[in-house]
Amino acid sequence: MANADFEGRSYPANAPYSVGREKIREFAVAVGATHPAHHDLVAARGSGYPDLVAPPTFAVVVAQRAESQYISDPEAQIDFTRVVHADERFTHHRPIVAGDELTTVLHVDRVVVRGAISMVTTRCEIYAMPQHVEVPSPEAEGPGEHVATVVSTLAIRGEDA
Amino acid sequence: MSRPDIATLAVGDVIGSRTVTFDRAALVRYAGASGDLNPIHWNDKFAVDAGLPGVIAHGMLTMGSVVGLVVDWAGDPGAVVDYQTRFTKPVEVPNPGTAQVDVVGTVGVVDADAGTVRVDLVVTVDGAKVLGRTQVLVRL
Repeated sequence: MANADFEGRSYPANAPYSVGREKIREFAVAVGATHPAHHDLVAARGSGYPDLVAPPTFAVVVAQRAESQYISDPEAQIDFTRVVHADERFTHHRPIVAGDELTTVLHVDRVVVRGAISMVTTRCEIYAMPQHVEVPSPEAEGPGEHVATVVSTLAIRGEDA
Repeated sequence: MSRPDIATLAVGDVIGSRTVTFDRAALVRYAGASGDLNPIHWNDKFAVDAGLPGVIAHGMLTMGSVVGLVVDWAGDPGAVVDYQTRFTKPVEVPNPGTAQVDVVGTVGVVDADAGTVRVDLVVTVDGAKVLGRTQVLVRL
Protein backbone atom coordinates (compact mmCIF):
# COMPACT_ATOMS: atom_id res chain seq x y z
CA MET A 1 0.00 0.00 0.00
CA ALA A 2 1.07 3.58 -0.62
CA ASN A 3 3.33 5.21 1.94
CA ALA A 4 1.18 7.76 3.79
CA ASP A 5 4.29 9.69 4.87
CA PHE A 6 4.40 11.24 1.39
CA GLU A 7 1.18 13.22 1.91
CA GLY A 8 1.95 16.94 1.87
CA ARG A 9 5.27 16.60 0.08
CA SER A 10 6.29 19.05 -2.63
CA TYR A 11 9.08 18.74 -5.16
CA PRO A 12 11.33 21.43 -6.61
CA ALA A 13 10.50 22.74 -10.10
CA ASN A 14 11.63 20.05 -12.56
CA ALA A 15 13.67 20.22 -15.75
CA PRO A 16 11.77 22.17 -18.41
CA TYR A 17 9.59 20.50 -21.05
CA SER A 18 9.87 22.14 -24.47
CA VAL A 19 6.51 22.17 -26.25
CA GLY A 20 7.13 21.40 -29.92
CA ARG A 21 4.85 21.92 -32.92
CA GLU A 22 5.18 18.34 -34.11
CA LYS A 23 4.41 17.03 -30.60
CA ILE A 24 1.22 19.10 -30.54
CA ARG A 25 0.27 17.78 -34.00
CA GLU A 26 1.10 14.18 -33.00
CA PHE A 27 -0.93 14.41 -29.77
CA ALA A 28 -3.83 16.09 -31.60
CA VAL A 29 -3.94 13.26 -34.16
CA ALA A 30 -3.85 10.67 -31.35
CA VAL A 31 -6.96 12.17 -29.67
CA GLY A 32 -8.72 12.96 -32.95
CA ALA A 33 -8.46 16.74 -32.45
CA THR A 34 -8.94 18.21 -35.91
CA HIS A 35 -9.26 21.92 -35.10
CA PRO A 36 -6.89 23.84 -37.41
CA ALA A 37 -5.32 25.74 -34.46
CA HIS A 38 -3.58 22.45 -33.47
CA HIS A 39 -2.15 21.83 -36.94
CA ASP A 40 -1.87 24.98 -39.03
CA LEU A 41 0.32 27.86 -37.92
CA VAL A 42 -1.54 30.39 -40.06
CA ALA A 43 -4.86 29.29 -38.58
CA ALA A 44 -3.50 29.42 -35.02
CA ARG A 45 -2.12 32.91 -35.51
CA GLY A 46 -5.33 33.94 -37.21
CA SER A 47 -7.15 32.92 -34.02
CA GLY A 48 -4.87 35.18 -31.99
CA TYR A 49 -2.39 32.60 -30.71
CA PRO A 50 1.38 33.05 -31.01
CA ASP A 51 1.83 29.46 -32.24
CA LEU A 52 0.04 26.08 -32.48
CA VAL A 53 -2.36 25.50 -29.58
CA ALA A 54 -2.19 22.28 -27.55
CA PRO A 55 -5.39 20.21 -27.12
CA PRO A 56 -7.12 20.57 -23.71
CA THR A 57 -5.57 17.40 -22.23
CA PHE A 58 -2.04 17.86 -23.63
CA ALA A 59 -0.85 19.01 -20.20
CA VAL A 60 -1.02 15.36 -19.10
CA VAL A 61 2.20 14.76 -21.05
CA VAL A 62 3.92 17.41 -18.98
CA ALA A 63 2.27 16.36 -15.73
CA GLN A 64 3.17 12.66 -16.10
CA ARG A 65 6.85 13.52 -16.21
CA ALA A 66 6.56 15.44 -12.98
CA GLU A 67 4.39 12.77 -11.31
CA SER A 68 7.02 10.11 -12.04
CA GLN A 69 9.28 11.80 -9.47
CA TYR A 70 6.81 10.51 -6.89
CA ILE A 71 5.23 7.43 -8.53
CA SER A 72 8.54 5.75 -9.37
CA ASP A 73 10.15 6.47 -6.01
CA PRO A 74 10.46 3.01 -4.37
CA GLU A 75 9.82 4.57 -0.95
CA ALA A 76 6.39 5.78 -2.14
CA GLN A 77 5.42 2.07 -2.43
CA ILE A 78 3.20 2.47 -5.50
CA ASP A 79 3.01 -0.77 -7.46
CA PHE A 80 2.36 0.49 -10.97
CA THR A 81 1.08 -2.90 -12.14
CA ARG A 82 -1.83 -2.49 -9.71
CA VAL A 83 -2.69 1.14 -10.47
CA VAL A 84 -5.86 2.41 -12.10
CA HIS A 85 -6.59 6.02 -12.91
CA ALA A 86 -9.47 7.32 -10.75
CA ASP A 87 -9.91 10.95 -11.80
CA GLU A 88 -8.24 13.84 -13.62
CA ARG A 89 -8.77 17.58 -13.78
CA PHE A 90 -7.15 20.28 -15.90
CA THR A 91 -7.42 23.96 -15.11
CA HIS A 92 -5.95 26.19 -17.81
CA HIS A 93 -4.88 29.67 -16.80
CA ARG A 94 -3.92 30.17 -20.44
CA PRO A 95 -3.65 27.73 -23.35
CA ILE A 96 -0.35 25.88 -23.81
CA VAL A 97 1.25 26.81 -27.13
CA ALA A 98 4.24 25.56 -29.12
CA GLY A 99 7.43 27.24 -27.98
CA ASP A 100 6.49 27.15 -24.30
CA GLU A 101 9.21 25.99 -21.94
CA LEU A 102 7.25 24.43 -19.09
CA THR A 103 8.48 23.59 -15.63
CA THR A 104 6.32 21.78 -13.10
CA VAL A 105 6.08 21.88 -9.34
CA LEU A 106 4.62 18.59 -8.06
CA HIS A 107 2.60 18.35 -4.85
CA VAL A 108 1.36 15.14 -3.22
CA ASP A 109 -1.91 16.44 -1.81
CA ARG A 110 -3.46 13.24 -0.46
CA VAL A 111 -2.50 9.67 0.36
CA VAL A 112 -5.41 7.67 1.75
CA VAL A 113 -5.17 4.00 2.62
CA ARG A 114 -8.52 2.25 3.16
CA GLY A 115 -8.14 -1.46 3.64
CA ALA A 116 -6.54 -2.93 0.54
CA ILE A 117 -7.07 0.19 -1.60
CA SER A 118 -4.77 3.21 -1.59
CA MET A 119 -5.77 6.51 -3.24
CA VAL A 120 -3.11 9.09 -4.05
CA THR A 121 -3.85 12.57 -5.36
CA THR A 122 -1.14 14.62 -7.00
CA ARG A 123 -1.25 18.25 -8.15
CA CYS A 124 1.03 19.61 -10.84
CA GLU A 125 1.42 23.37 -11.03
CA ILE A 126 2.79 24.09 -14.51
CA TYR A 127 4.64 27.31 -15.30
CA ALA A 128 5.97 28.79 -18.54
CA MET A 129 9.54 29.87 -17.97
CA PRO A 130 10.54 33.37 -19.10
CA GLN A 131 12.01 33.19 -22.60
CA HIS A 132 14.66 35.87 -22.27
CA VAL A 133 15.63 35.89 -18.61
CA GLU A 134 18.68 33.87 -17.60
CA VAL A 135 18.14 34.08 -13.85
CA PRO A 136 14.61 34.30 -12.42
CA SER A 137 13.96 37.21 -10.11
CA PRO A 138 14.22 36.12 -6.46
CA GLU A 139 11.02 38.07 -5.75
CA ALA A 140 9.06 36.04 -8.32
CA GLU A 141 5.99 34.20 -6.98
CA GLY A 142 6.82 31.06 -8.96
CA PRO A 143 9.22 29.85 -11.60
CA GLY A 144 7.31 31.74 -14.32
CA GLU A 145 3.84 32.44 -15.69
CA HIS A 146 1.28 30.06 -14.21
CA VAL A 147 -0.15 28.15 -17.17
CA ALA A 148 -2.06 25.13 -15.86
CA THR A 149 -2.97 23.02 -12.85
CA VAL A 150 -3.38 19.25 -13.26
CA VAL A 151 -4.91 17.21 -10.43
CA SER A 152 -4.83 13.44 -10.75
CA THR A 153 -5.93 10.60 -8.49
CA LEU A 154 -4.65 7.05 -8.78
CA ALA A 155 -6.13 4.03 -7.05
CA ILE A 156 -3.72 1.24 -6.13
CA ARG A 157 -5.12 -2.19 -5.34
CA GLY A 158 -3.34 -4.18 -2.65
CA GLU A 159 -2.24 -7.77 -3.17
CA ASP A 160 -5.52 -9.18 -1.84
CA ALA A 161 -7.87 -6.68 -3.53
CA MET B 1 -15.68 29.14 -37.45
CA SER B 2 -18.81 30.57 -35.85
CA ARG B 3 -18.96 30.49 -32.07
CA PRO B 4 -22.03 29.93 -29.88
CA ASP B 5 -23.78 33.03 -28.53
CA ILE B 6 -23.96 32.70 -24.75
CA ALA B 7 -27.15 34.81 -24.66
CA THR B 8 -29.01 32.12 -26.58
CA LEU B 9 -27.91 29.19 -24.41
CA ALA B 10 -30.00 27.62 -21.66
CA VAL B 11 -29.37 24.86 -19.17
CA GLY B 12 -30.38 21.55 -20.69
CA ASP B 13 -29.58 22.50 -24.30
CA VAL B 14 -27.88 19.64 -26.11
CA ILE B 15 -24.77 20.95 -27.90
CA GLY B 16 -24.34 17.77 -29.91
CA SER B 17 -23.31 14.15 -29.87
CA ARG B 18 -20.80 11.92 -31.62
CA THR B 19 -19.27 8.47 -31.55
CA VAL B 20 -15.53 8.02 -31.10
CA THR B 21 -14.00 4.74 -32.27
CA PHE B 22 -10.87 3.12 -30.82
CA ASP B 23 -8.98 0.18 -32.28
CA ARG B 24 -5.69 -1.27 -31.04
CA ALA B 25 -3.74 1.00 -33.39
CA ALA B 26 -5.37 4.03 -31.75
CA LEU B 27 -4.14 2.85 -28.35
CA VAL B 28 -0.58 2.37 -29.63
CA ARG B 29 -0.70 5.80 -31.27
CA TYR B 30 -1.88 7.43 -28.03
CA ALA B 31 0.75 5.52 -26.01
CA GLY B 32 3.46 6.96 -28.22
CA ALA B 33 2.04 10.46 -28.38
CA SER B 34 1.43 10.71 -24.64
CA GLY B 35 4.39 8.72 -23.32
CA ASP B 36 2.03 6.48 -21.29
CA LEU B 37 3.50 3.07 -22.12
CA ASN B 38 1.61 1.05 -19.49
CA PRO B 39 1.30 -2.46 -21.05
CA ILE B 40 -2.37 -2.82 -19.97
CA HIS B 41 -3.09 -0.66 -23.04
CA TRP B 42 -1.35 -2.90 -25.61
CA ASN B 43 -0.40 -6.28 -24.09
CA ASP B 44 -3.27 -8.77 -23.56
CA LYS B 45 -1.34 -11.09 -21.28
CA PHE B 46 -0.21 -8.24 -19.08
CA ALA B 47 -3.77 -6.86 -18.93
CA VAL B 48 -5.27 -10.23 -17.95
CA ASP B 49 -2.54 -10.78 -15.34
CA ALA B 50 -3.46 -7.37 -13.92
CA GLY B 51 -7.02 -8.58 -13.43
CA LEU B 52 -8.57 -6.89 -16.45
CA PRO B 53 -10.72 -8.65 -19.06
CA GLY B 54 -8.18 -7.65 -21.72
CA VAL B 55 -6.50 -4.58 -23.17
CA ILE B 56 -8.28 -1.36 -22.19
CA ALA B 57 -8.07 2.16 -23.60
CA HIS B 58 -6.10 4.78 -21.68
CA GLY B 59 -8.59 6.72 -19.59
CA MET B 60 -6.78 9.80 -20.82
CA LEU B 61 -7.39 8.77 -24.44
CA THR B 62 -11.12 8.64 -23.77
CA MET B 63 -11.00 11.92 -21.87
CA GLY B 64 -8.86 13.57 -24.53
CA SER B 65 -11.05 12.35 -27.39
CA VAL B 66 -14.56 13.11 -26.15
CA VAL B 67 -13.74 16.77 -25.40
CA GLY B 68 -13.43 17.28 -29.17
CA LEU B 69 -17.21 17.59 -29.26
CA VAL B 70 -16.97 20.67 -27.02
CA VAL B 71 -13.93 22.18 -28.75
CA ASP B 72 -15.59 21.94 -32.16
CA TRP B 73 -18.82 23.42 -30.78
CA ALA B 74 -16.95 26.28 -29.05
CA GLY B 75 -14.84 26.83 -32.18
CA ASP B 76 -11.64 27.39 -30.21
CA PRO B 77 -9.49 24.83 -28.34
CA GLY B 78 -8.20 27.62 -26.08
CA ALA B 79 -11.74 28.23 -24.83
CA VAL B 80 -11.59 25.19 -22.52
CA VAL B 81 -10.55 26.63 -19.16
CA ASP B 82 -11.36 23.66 -16.93
CA TYR B 83 -12.01 20.01 -17.69
CA GLN B 84 -12.53 17.18 -15.24
CA THR B 85 -13.70 13.59 -15.20
CA ARG B 86 -13.79 10.39 -13.19
CA PHE B 87 -12.83 7.07 -14.74
CA THR B 88 -15.64 4.80 -13.67
CA LYS B 89 -15.45 1.82 -16.06
CA PRO B 90 -12.62 0.61 -18.30
CA VAL B 91 -13.15 0.71 -22.08
CA GLU B 92 -12.24 -2.72 -23.47
CA VAL B 93 -10.78 -2.65 -26.97
CA PRO B 94 -11.11 -6.02 -28.78
CA ASN B 95 -8.56 -7.48 -31.20
CA PRO B 96 -9.58 -7.40 -33.94
CA GLY B 97 -12.39 -4.87 -33.72
CA THR B 98 -13.23 -1.52 -32.22
CA ALA B 99 -14.74 0.06 -29.15
CA GLN B 100 -17.46 2.60 -29.85
CA VAL B 101 -17.61 5.42 -27.32
CA ASP B 102 -20.74 7.56 -27.45
CA VAL B 103 -20.68 11.12 -26.12
CA VAL B 104 -23.54 13.59 -25.62
CA GLY B 105 -22.94 17.17 -24.46
CA THR B 106 -25.51 19.19 -22.53
CA VAL B 107 -25.33 22.72 -21.14
CA GLY B 108 -25.10 22.36 -17.35
CA VAL B 109 -24.47 25.93 -16.19
CA VAL B 110 -24.57 29.32 -17.95
CA ASP B 111 -22.72 32.20 -16.24
CA ALA B 112 -23.33 35.21 -18.47
CA ASP B 113 -21.42 37.57 -16.14
CA ALA B 114 -18.28 35.42 -16.27
CA GLY B 115 -18.85 34.61 -19.94
CA THR B 116 -18.57 30.90 -19.23
CA VAL B 117 -20.67 27.83 -19.92
CA ARG B 118 -20.28 24.44 -18.28
CA VAL B 119 -20.93 21.59 -20.67
CA ASP B 120 -21.63 18.19 -19.09
CA LEU B 121 -20.68 15.13 -21.10
CA VAL B 122 -22.33 11.73 -20.83
CA VAL B 123 -19.87 9.14 -22.12
CA THR B 124 -21.05 5.56 -22.65
CA VAL B 125 -20.09 2.27 -24.29
CA ASP B 126 -23.07 0.03 -25.18
CA GLY B 127 -25.21 2.25 -22.97
CA ALA B 128 -23.01 1.87 -19.86
CA LYS B 129 -21.26 4.98 -18.49
CA VAL B 130 -17.47 4.82 -18.70
CA LEU B 131 -16.77 8.32 -17.38
CA GLY B 132 -18.46 10.05 -14.44
CA ARG B 133 -19.02 13.73 -13.65
CA THR B 134 -17.43 14.90 -16.88
CA GLN B 135 -17.56 18.70 -16.89
CA VAL B 136 -16.02 21.10 -19.38
CA LEU B 137 -15.92 24.80 -18.51
CA VAL B 138 -15.77 26.90 -21.68
CA ARG B 139 -15.19 30.65 -22.00
CA LEU B 140 -17.28 32.01 -24.86
